[in-house]
Amino acid sequence: MTPLSATTPTMGEAWDTQGSFQLFAAGANAGLRVHEQTFGPLFLDRIDNGFISVLEASGLTGRGGAAFSSWRKLAATDQGQGGSVLAAKPVVIANGAEGEPLSFKDKTLLTHAPHLVIDGLLIASRAVSASLLYLYTTPAAASAVEDALAERHDARKIKVVQAPETFIAGEASAVVNSIANGIALPLDSRRRLSESGVKSRPTLVLNVETLAHVALIARHGSGWFRTAGSDRDPGTRLVSVSGYVAEQVLQVEGDARLADILASAGVELSQVEAVLVGGYHGRWVRPLDYRLSPTGPENHVVHPGAGVLHVLAASECGLESTARILASLAGASARQCGPCMFGLPAMAGVLNAIAYGDRDPGLVGELERLGKLVTGRGACHHPDGTARMVGSALDTFSEDVRAHLGGTCTRKA
Amino acid sequence: MSEVLHIDWTKCDGRGLCTELIPDVLGRDDWGYPLARQARGGDRTNVAIVPRDVAAARDAVQLCPKLALSLSPQGALKRR
Amino acid sequence: MDNALWAVGRVSGFVALGLFTVAVVLGILTRSGRPLLNIPRFSVALIHRNVSLLATVFLLLHVGTLLLDAYAKLNIVDVVVPFLGGYRPFWQGFGTVAFDLVIAVVITGLLRHRIGQKTFRAVHWLTYAMWPIALAHAIGNGTNGTAGWFLVLAVGSVAVVGAAVVWRLSATFLETSKARQGGLL
Repeated sequence: MTPLSATTPTMGEAWDTQGSFQLFAAGANAGLRVHEQTFGPLFLDRIDNGFISVLEASGLTGRGGAAFSSWRKLAATDQGQGGSVLAAKPVVIANGAEGEPLSFKDKTLLTHAPHLVIDGLLIASRAVSASLLYLYTTPAAASAVEDALAERHDARKIKVVQAPETFIAGEASAVVNSIANGIALPLDSRRRLSESGVKSRPTLVLNVETLAHVALIARHGSGWFRTAGSDRDPGTRLVSVSGYVAEQVLQVEGDARLADILASAGVELSQVEAVLVGGYHGRWVRPLDYRLSPTGPENHVVHPGAGVLHVLAASECGLESTARILASLAGASARQCGPCMFGLPAMAGVLNAIAYGDRDPGLVGELERLGKLVTGRGACHHPDGTARMVGSALDTFSEDVRAHLGGTCTRKA
Repeated sequence: MSEVLHIDWTKCDGRGLCTELIPDVLGRDDWGYPLARQARGGDRTNVAIVPRDVAAARDAVQLCPKLALSLSPQGALKRR
Repeated sequence: MDNALWAVGRVSGFVALGLFTVAVVLGILTRSGRPLLNIPRFSVALIHRNVSLLATVFLLLHVGTLLLDAYAKLNIVDVVVPFLGGYRPFWQGFGTVAFDLVIAVVITGLLRHRIGQKTFRAVHWLTYAMWPIALAHAIGNGTNGTAGWFLVLAVGSVAVVGAAVVWRLSATFLETSKARQGGLL
């Protein structure tokens, strides 16, 4: 994996609207003054838990990977206090850990538009009456975040915590564990975080891009948000484009066509073998007429995950790429849960065999068996996402699998 | 009453006592870890226990060498 | 009466030591995760627990009778604080240490679900210190401690427990160790 440099944001002009949709409208490394000039002032004192229904109307979903309804998370946290006056107030965490190696939109956002994220964090905290606020950031964006916080008077409550640069450091319970105990490993999921997270308080973990959208929804309303995207996927999202293309962050409308996004990123579509959508836990797809949406029929729609589009060129072998990714995922296991600790390396061994010359016809069945075996059996969804990605590779690269087992490769020179 | 057996995978070491006590519910995978024979709703971490198996499941919770199991009434357990 | 107390005290100590030897070996077997012939794993764990508790009962009998026995000159402080006894204080102190360790291991064992796995495990490890200390106490303090038949038994026990410990430290100790070897990237 080549190291990712934070790119200067490049904006896709996929739709025609006023600048306020653009999360990067304030420009590179925006300070507080430019931020306020661009997006307008934030009237925090007007925010109360009525904002949760505004979020519900907006249809905003999490931009960190799972695409869970943001309003539901807020509502669960709000109710997690159990209605008691003496109950400890909730904790809200802006999650900027971006362990996914192919994602860099969150680092880019925190570096260039930190005030939008801070706005969103303050808004979400008011909506659930939180008293502890954290901004969990990758080391790459930490100084931009610190500088932005130092500029403001309304953000003194926010504590910055640096996330380790591991794959799973951004998983919600790992975030809570990291902040509470300094251990960025997932926790057992018996209790919901919305009931008991940091210091046993109801805890809300929201991706930083989600919070940036929250900041704009608070200013312009839910109807405005829905003017972009579609009913099943309203609003816009950031995507990190990488692979056989210049690395870049694009902001695209919900439900956008894969081919359109790639074209606006400057990808020569005829040279594309397949695209990994959603990152290491994502899904390989081909051809490119899929739309990017968290809901919809599987043969038309691909889940955006954390907004990763990784382009595989026709000159590359999808099985070798997947084998490399799977080996990395196996190595990224927190080694807490047995099925993941032993299952992922076993899967990696089998896929390596397929990718690099073993012609045993039973290998595919064995890989599928192992994928089913590890799914749903861990504290976090690392094994599930891994098995899903590998399954999609076996589908998308089925010709390649046949070729490999026959002793050749379909890779075009 | 039916109950739900929760497996804390971060604690489980696959010692296999639970799979002996409730063999109809749990088998063992390649590495010895408990494997739900039937996953209701695809959930193999919170395993449904029918009334007939509840007493044995309770023994499994008591005897688990890693304290990785817990039993709670249906509906009380929620996933994130 | 005094003779009876003295006899019970000695025999119960001997029985307790024997049962603890069995308990230690069963504990190591439990940890390996293997069934014993056709006895399932959970039964091995239960037998380990019950033998340990039975051994503790004999230990309490041993300490209790000798506390009441005038000849042994044991007082309540000696039960808790080692090396203060009137008769062979050094070897008697070993008995006190072993007794205190047993109490700690048993209490944490019974409260495992309350105190959590980490504390339980840390204290349970003390068993590996307790057993040789108890044996040393028996040899050094026991009336028959240096008798030929006892020493033969002692050497046999050391061999059995020693073999179990060697097995415990071997690479294939865990039932699942072979299946899991491939998992370590």
